[in-house]
Order: sequence, then structure tokens, then C-alpha cells
Amino acid sequence: METFFGRYRNLIVLAAILFAQVIGLAIQVRRPTQLGETRLIRLWAISAVTPLEKAAVHTQTWFQDIWKNYAYLRSVRRENRELKAELDRMKIEQARLGEDARMAQRVQALLAFKEQYVDTTVAAQVIGTSGSEQSRVLYLDKGSNDGIKTDMAVITPTGIVGKIVQVFPQASQVLPLNDQFSGVGVTLKDSRLQGILKGSQNGATTIQYIMADEKVTPGEEVLTSGGDRIFPKGLPVGRVVSVEPGKDLFLNIRVIPAARLDQLEEVLVVTDIKEKMPDAKDLAPIRASDILADRLPTVPNKPATDATGTAKPGTASARTTAASATKPGGAATATTGNKPTTGTAGATAPKPGAASATRATGTTGAPSNNAAAGPTTQPKPKKPAITAPTDNTTGSQPAAGTAANPARNRTSPAVEQSPSKPNQSPATQTPPQL
Amino acid sequence: MSSRAMPFRGSLTSREQVAVYDFSWPVVVFVPLAAILIQIFIPVRVRYFPIIDLPLMVTIFFALARRNPVTGCVTGCIIGLLQDLFAGPAHPLGMYGIALTIVGYLASSLGLKIDVENPGSRFLITYVFFVLHQGIYYGVAHGLLREAQVWSWSHVALSALANAILALFVFAFLDRFKRR
Repeated sequence: METFFGRYRNLIVLAAILFAQVIGLAIQVRRPTQLGETRLIRLWAISAVTPLEKAAVHTQTWFQDIWKNYAYLRSVRRENRELKAELDRMKIEQARLGEDARMAQRVQALLAFKEQYVDTTVAAQVIGTSGSEQSRVLYLDKGSNDGIKTDMAVITPTGIVGKIVQVFPQASQVLPLNDQFSGVGVTLKDSRLQGILKGSQNGATTIQYIMADEKVTPGEEVLTSGGDRIFPKGLPVGRVVSVEPGKDLFLNIRVIPAARLDQLEEVLVVTDIKEKMPDAKDLAPIRASDILADRLPTVPNKPATDATGTAKPGTASARTTAASATKPGGAATATTGNKPTTGTAGATAPKPGAASATRATGTTGAPSNNAAAGPTTQPKPKKPAITAPTDNTTGSQPAAGTAANPARNRTSPAVEQSPSKPNQSPATQTPPQL
Repeated sequence: MSSRAMPFRGSLTSREQVAVYDFSWPVVVFVPLAAILIQIFIPVRVRYFPIIDLPLMVTIFFALARRNPVTGCVTGCIIGLLQDLFAGPAHPLGMYGIALTIVGYLASSLGLKIDVENPGSRFLITYVFFVLHQGIYYGVAHGLLREAQVWSWSHVALSALANAILALFVFAFLDRFKRR
């Protein structure tokens, strides 16, 4: 027996070590760790290594900063000029997009969608990787001491990166999009098809579970769908590079991530995502005709104003407020200037200004100022539903809405209300909501 | 400095005895640690670095130099398990451990039979052991754990080539720590 062990000592040791490791593997596979749970040995190892990595990365960053901030300033002036020009362009773009966004908010309110947006983020630096091709996890220099928790989204300004899978006191581990165990709910921007973006062993990212009969074009942008409850909806994910028929009736859609996952340095960890329902009160009742009216061109009609530029009581602008506050659908008599006209309230406000004014008065009873903003969603004071022409309308800021949107004056049929008691007008029914 | 020699059995070289090297304990501890640290730190800055496997090279080097199969497989086991620790929560401990244990054992057994000082043989040994290491990992992941794995001969061949070339320099550097 002694001879046997002596002779096969090496093989026996090898077999014993392998056997122990296979048993260890079997135990781990049978009892997988829960999400967020960390094996103690991993905690120790990563906690021991993290300070070294942090020190190395920060030293390197320090030298890089010195080089970038002091030594390499040749192109800064030119860059500055270009950035200023770009900023001007962005301002114009922002104004246009702002209008679209407000419109989208109103529609969103109508459909009772919850709005998700990134509320707070923590900037973190990538300090390490798994070091192997089989796993693509990254290490960040921020951990539970900085408020990081598992399942938080990790993003960059160009696109999403992945999610936090393990948190240590001084560091955290990110599972990037292109890891084979990763999965992100995504939407194709143009076709609005939804699928799951999966990584793979070789680092390629593909969208799965989109039927083969759907049409997806290369170049289409991919956004987060928000369905995974980790990434807020609408963040850029990447771009479709190829579409091929896959197996099981699904398309094989290959995506290039928007974020450079192989060259990450600084990232943002989304520590708080707010969900809010757009407040319909702020937005006021909207009718389809109002939305359409907002988009239609109008011919300005100058209101009657006195020398100071304020509208006179009893003039068209004052009465128009009442007109927009009348019972919809009911036949009404309106006075435009001194000329009485007839019409139905349902047909009021076919022009942009009118639509806004109608909403403002319909909900809040503050007919003048908010109307000036047109379709904006500024907060309004809560008052009785509808008011007759009041001093507000004819006072110091009376015609802001009406003067700016005089089209209303011509077209708003309404019952003229007696302005005997300002702010205490007979309430009338609000227009029907969608 | 200790110097030992083992009788040469089953000649593949012209030498009658093969040298067995020893290392000081700081080298034994810190070289594998440094290899693992570099392996997890450098890919942040260097895009294609993950195809390089420094822990594998260190395992092969120590195994070849010591020429003791037991020490070789224990060294491989420890380095492999350390590498497993940093590979993410979805990566069970032991996958690299098993692969490097076998590589360590075979490398040290091979070191008993052939000349491993020659750059040509080092190149070939590293090349072959890299492919073997990938194969064992694939076998463990796919066969034991039923993980979806992709095997690409071209990728493995190119990675093995890159590792074999780099190993020549790494081994030459680590030769300085040898004690006879």
C-alpha cells in the first residue's frame, strides 16, 4: 500500500485537488448565491485588492490631469470656439424640443403613463475588470459606503453600461451589457419593437425575441424600454448593425453599444429613479381640437387696448375669457367687440392662443396669465372652475393671454357673464376631457 | 542559494540531468499576485489585454522551473482560485482552479522530461498549454455547468500565439528570480 501511494503520489494529489474543486463547483451550482449576496471569500479578496487598484488608478489620473490641464492646451481655444457655436445651436434646438416635450407630456397625461427620469447619480471610476475573456465584469471605485446598491443602473452620457451586481464597502461590481449573463429590456426607436438585449461570451450584443416577420433596419437606434425596472425608459443603448433571421422564428439583431464598453473610465451610477405621473391638473383638460389648434397657424388679431397697453373692460379680450368658460356644446351668444355673434362652445378656440386660454380658464379660473403661455404647463392657482371676466382680465396684466392670442376674440362664442363680483363667477361646466 | 539536480529519466534532451530551481517566498507569493492584479487592472486601459493570460504564464513558469508535479498542481490550484475570485458573481469558484491545476501538473511533469530553457520550447509549451487551458475551461463550463460557451478555433489559436510570444519575455524576466 505504501508503495502504491509512493508510486502514484503525484497523480493522487492531482486527483484529490481536482475532486475537491469539482465538489466545490457542484455545491455552488446547487446553491447559487442570491442576487446581491456576496461570498465572504470574494468580499475579502476584493476588499484587499481595491485599495491598490484605487491608488494606481488615481495616481494615473493625477498624472493625466496634469498633462491635460497644464501641458496640453494647444487646441483649447479652437475647441472653445467650436463649443460656443455648438451651444448656440443647442439652445435653438432646445427651444424646439421643449415645445415638443410639453406636447408629449400632455399626451402622456392623457394616457396616464408614468414618467421615469434619472434623479440622482454618483460618479464612479472604473478601476478593474475580471481580467478574463469569459467574464466581462467591471469594478468601480464606489461601493456601499457611497450609497451604491445592487441592481442600480450604470450609465455614461453616450449610453448605458450595465447594472451593479455586487456591492462591497469600497467598490462595486458591474455586469456590462455585453456579458453573457446580462439582459436589458430595449425598444427600437423607430419601429417601437421591444426585445431583450443579451450579451455573449465573445462580447457581441444581440436583441432577442423579436419575431422574424418584423421589419428592422440596420442603423436604427436602440433605447431602453424601462421594462426591466432597472434602467429608466428612453436611455440610449446602441445602434442596430445587422439583422439576420435567427432560430426559433426570431430575428438575430446585432447591436453596437452606444457606450464604449471596452474603454470606460468614468461612469454614472443611477442611485435614484423618480417615477411621476404627469399632473393632469397642471395640464388642464385638453380636447383634441385644442391639440390640433395648437399646431395650426393663426392670423393675429390685435386686441383693443388702451394707451398703457392693457385691455379695456368689456372689450373683446375681456369677454373672450368668459367665452371660453362657457358650457360646451350649448348654444351661446358671444360678443366680439360690440358685435354679438352666435356659436357653440364646442367650436371655440380653433387657434393656438385660444386653445391655451380655454384650458387655463376651464380648470383654474385664472383666465389671463396662464393663457399667455399658450400650451405650457405652468402651475396655476386653484380657483373655482370657471370665472367670468374679472379684474384680473382687465387689470394690470389682463391681456397677456388674450392679447397675445387674439384669435380667440374673433371666434369664441360664449355667454357673456356679468362681472359684478370679480373672482366669484358663476361656475360653468368644463369642456369634456379626452 | 540552493542547487538541486534530479536524475534524468526518459530522455527528450541531450542532458543527463535537469536542473530544479527554487524561489524565495516573496517571489512565490508576490509574482502570482502581481500577475492577477495586472490582469484585472490593465484591461481598463488596454482594449485587447483580456486575451493575455498572465496567471497562466506564471503557473507554467513555476511548474516548469520547479519540476515537481505536486507543487505544480498546488500552485496552479491557488492561482486559479484567486483568478476565480475576481471573475464575477456568475462565475463559480473552481473553474480556473481546475484548469490551472491540470496545467500546473502537466507542465511540471513535462519539465522533468524536456529542456524548458530554450525559447523555442517555451513558445511551444505556452502555446499548447494555452489551448489546453481553454479546452479544460470550456469542458468544465459546458460539460459540468451546462453554460452556453462558444468555441472558436481561430480565436483560440490567435490568443495562444499572442500568449506564447509574450511568454518569452515574461519567462525571461522571471528567470532572474530563479535560484539554483
